[in-house]
Amino acid sequence: MAHSETVPAAGSNEPGWQGIVGDWSADKQTFQVPWGKAMMWIFLLSDTFIFTCFLTGYMNVRISTPVAWPNPSEVFALQVFGIDVPLLLIGIMTFDLITSSGTMALAVNFGYRRDRGRAAALMFITAAFGAIFVGMQAFEWTKLIVEEGIRPWGNPMGASQFGAAFFMITGFHGLHVSAGVAYLTIVAMKVLRGDYEKKGYEIVEIAGLYWHFVDLVWVFIFAFFYLW
Amino acid sequence: MADAHAATGQQHPLKIYFYIWGLLFLFSAASYGTDFLQHGYFRWGLILLFMALKAGFIVAIFMHMAWERLALIWAILGPPIVLLVLIGLMAVEGDYTELTRLNFFSAPLAPAGHTEAH
Repeated sequence: MAHSETVPAAGSNEPGWQGIVGDWSADKQTFQVPWGKAMMWIFLLSDTFIFTCFLTGYMNVRISTPVAWPNPSEVFALQVFGIDVPLLLIGIMTFDLITSSGTMALAVNFGYRRDRGRAAALMFITAAFGAIFVGMQAFEWTKLIVEEGIRPWGNPMGASQFGAAFFMITGFHGLHVSAGVAYLTIVAMKVLRGDYEKKGYEIVEIAGLYWHFVDLVWVFIFAFFYLW
Repeated sequence: MADAHAATGQQHPLKIYFYIWGLLFLFSAASYGTDFLQHGYFRWGLILLFMALKAGFIVAIFMHMAWERLALIWAILGPPIVLLVLIGLMAVEGDYTELTRLNFFSAPLAPAGHTEAH
């Protein structure tokens, strides 16, 4: 064929822009990854839009209110031995999630090595860190609702939109963490049982993608809601 | 072939995960440290810097995006670019809403006898 030198052949695995044209124009699957992984990425893309809409809504109400925004550094301070430490619990929650991301990355690695005992153990540890995170969040919410009197429609510290933005954003994130704990636990039990010995251990990486995404969202919430 | 492993799974030396893990701890600590700075452009710049570094390393290394093919990378990382437009529009709109509110609240009070609440 005359044009075969300019148009990359289907599935030629060429790198760079030639590869993009080849992968998208070929009469075959576009993404050369397991279908579950492609679907997880596309789900995470949709989740990115949801969380961005929440954070953008929060930005909009915070910019548009003429009332002073409550200072998160003081609202989320904890007293330790009589000293107010700003954002202490939130800092611990951040390190908790980063730690769980690391154990998850290791679990994926051991999965591909077919070391299913270690992969499952690391997934259980990851889920445990997730459960601890949700526990700390429950403590944080309780303190804010019971002691500080923060409600979705108002609070004693300043702009009344604070509560609505806070409960919506952290609530939806906490829901994702809770779902992730359940998801990881189920997959870890199946890994331990040897369900994936034939199929391969892509499922650990796919579950890992979800978990890392939950950590990723927290990075943005931490920066824009707690630190800003 | 460099891309051969992409079809069978992402297998990389453990060293890189420990290295990135350490970096993420470092950036988290630095990020937390910004809370002790005065509010201002310096602090906001640092918050954004550490946020971008953390997010970048999580996506690139932990989520293996650095080793995926460009077809997948652009399909996933391309669409969120339009969100920047939404963020920009909502920032402008928020500023405008605040101006109209300040304008409204600073307007002369309604004539006496007009007790209707806003």
